[in-house]
Amino acid sequence: MKVLVGIKRTIDANVKVRVKADESGVETANVKMTLNPFCEIAVEEAVRMKEAGSAEEIVVVTAGPEEARQTLMTALAIGADRAVHVVADQEIQPLAVAKVLKAVIEQEEPGLVILGKQAIDDDSNQTGQMLAALLNWPQATFASKITLGEGEAEVTREIDGGLETLTVKLPAVMTTDLRLNEPRYASLPNIMKAKKKPVDVKTVEELGVDAAPRLKIVKVAAPDKREAGVMVESVAELVEKLQNEAKVL
Amino acid sequence: MSALVIAEHDNNELKQATLHAVTAASQLGGEVHILVAGEGSDAVAAQAAAVAGIAKVLHADDAAYGHGLAENVAPLIVGLAEGYDHLLACATTYGKNVMPRAAALLDVAQISEISEILSADSFIRPTYAGNAMATVESSDAKKVITVRATAFDAAAADGGSAAIEAVSGPGDQGLSRFERHELSVSERPELTSADIVISGGRGMQSGENFPLVEAVADRLGAAVGASRAAVDAGYVPNDYQVGQTGKVVAPNLYIAIGISGAIQHLAGMKDSKVIVAINKDEEAPIFQVADYGLVADLFKALPELAEELDKQGISKN
Ligand SMILES: Cc1cc2nc3c(=O)[nH]c(=O)nc-3n(C[C@H](O)[C@H](O)[C@H](O)COP(=O)(O)OP(=O)(O)OC[C@H]3O[C@@H](n4cnc5c(N)ncnc54)[C@H](O)[C@@H]3O)c2cc1C
Ligand SMILES: Nc1ncnc2c1ncn2[C@@H]1O[C@H](COP(=O)(O)O)[C@@H](O)[C@H]1O
Repeated sequence: MKVLVGIKRTIDANVKVRVKADESGVETANVKMTLNPFCEIAVEEAVRMKEAGSAEEIVVVTAGPEEARQTLMTALAIGADRAVHVVADQEIQPLAVAKVLKAVIEQEEPGLVILGKQAIDDDSNQTGQMLAALLNWPQATFASKITLGEGEAEVTREIDGGLETLTVKLPAVMTTDLRLNEPRYASLPNIMKAKKKPVDVKTVEELGVDAAPRLKIVKVAAPDKREAGVMVESVAELVEKLQNEAKVL
Repeated sequence: MSALVIAEHDNNELKQATLHAVTAASQLGGEVHILVAGEGSDAVAAQAAAVAGIAKVLHADDAAYGHGLAENVAPLIVGLAEGYDHLLACATTYGKNVMPRAAALLDVAQISEISEILSADSFIRPTYAGNAMATVESSDAKKVITVRATAFDAAAADGGSAAIEAVSGPGDQGLSRFERHELSVSERPELTSADIVISGGRGMQSGENFPLVEAVADRLGAAVGASRAAVDAGYVPNDYQVGQTGKVVAPNLYIAIGISGAIQHLAGMKDSKVIVAINKDEEAPIFQVADYGLVADLFKALPELAEELDKQGISKN
């Protein structure tokens, strides 16, 4: 089975994001960029499937600017076999990403597609669900355990009330949650090897996708800032203040 | 102009989350209808009809909808979408799973987890873990929206007397099937609607120590939450996670125990009215957002806190 993994280059999770003074977006100059953590989990899961003998080939796909090539290299270093880079210089929103991925999937015909549940920049949490809809495939979102079977897979999902287990027919789209696995660090030899793996470059136009944004970002503002309060010396003082000052007890 | 709210329920009870989405829907200014898709869900349809301000309840009762499978519910929503300008659900794991699938079938963008409505086509939503509040304007004919519960009050659960209309959809798509649930059972209030939340982090050191948190929670009638680190380490189940990629809470009082205050955790609790942090590290970033901070060893402070509450006669049980 071929597994296709959609990945996104995002601002690193440890960066304290700042809004630009003109409120047109967030500061990205000289900011560390990485593979979105949920995508890293998706790549790791595919690599484990290959190691277990249930996947033969792993193709990673990103839609994004030139610089996103670095992110593809990270995924190749973790263990993906080859990459497809759909170069898109303009902002590309989830519905358009889903359409781009669908076009690539029609060419690649994978037996399984894994995405992250959420990109930690736009926090949309929708691309995988949209892709599944466009393909008319089942979806298993927020996965914390995937067990592949004959023509179907059993997936345990993290839901608000606890856990839910579904069986989905294959091919399917799955999205990863934090507990699915702990991604490995790419070793230096694997980082070197990644540079020799094939990267197929395409454009959005070649794929025949209309990627025009549907949502116009009018303004991006900083949230209301919360001020630090006071330090108390003891538990007794804390309870007294919560009762008499904050009046929450 | 009218809006359809997709109800969240377990075939017996309408979930509180739905009431928050109803409030958002009613701010759009038109009629608000609720869709109840379930199996053996008459009681839920009746509860939905009683919600204040609802003009109509659409009730689709079929085995295909019993477990809320997105593959079956999304086409149902799409089939009913024609008369509506806005389709809304709460940004719970249910809403997040179903709504984007419906949006894509309608060829529209989803506007995820809005925190404010500016007009019928303009919304504010948090991005970058709440560090950048984006104002977005949708050019789509229909708006598919998920709603951040903490940003909209719950609508009154009674006072309404809407008509219930039976509807149907394409039924089982045969793509997926429900196997089983492992739901957390607790006597405590639900995390996202509790008045007081007390969360433990990696500082708790193990699941065996969580009864120290629970002892305080029980006295305060509080819900128990956790940081990602505490969940990853297996101290508590996944549904306890508060944060950017877990649950968003905004109680009257949030107490963080042994939690450092990473951006991703703050994203899920910084809109709480009063924040208390207990941490042994005075440099912990959590103190920068706390109204009351106590530098202490939690293994000493938690038993003291339980004792002090008893001494002051504070008991919500
Ligand atoms: C993609 C992604 C998504 C994430 N999503 C979330 C999310 O939704 N929610 C979330 O919480 N995190 C999330 N995180 C993780 C986040 O970045 C932090 O790693 C996590 O919040 C840390 O948890 P913690 O504060 O419990 O642990 P730590 O950062 O290790 O802090 C433990 C704290 O306990 C204190 N402590 C230790 N012992 C004691 C003691 N005896 N008494 C008192 N204090 C003590 C320490 O001083 C320290 O401040 C996410 C990360 C990523 C990359
Ligand atoms: N530009 C992109 N290229 C490839 N995959 C993407 C892209 N954007 C999002 N995805 C995938 O969709 C997931 C969810 O993203 P989102 O819906 O934006 O929160 C990510 O974790 C990726 O797996």
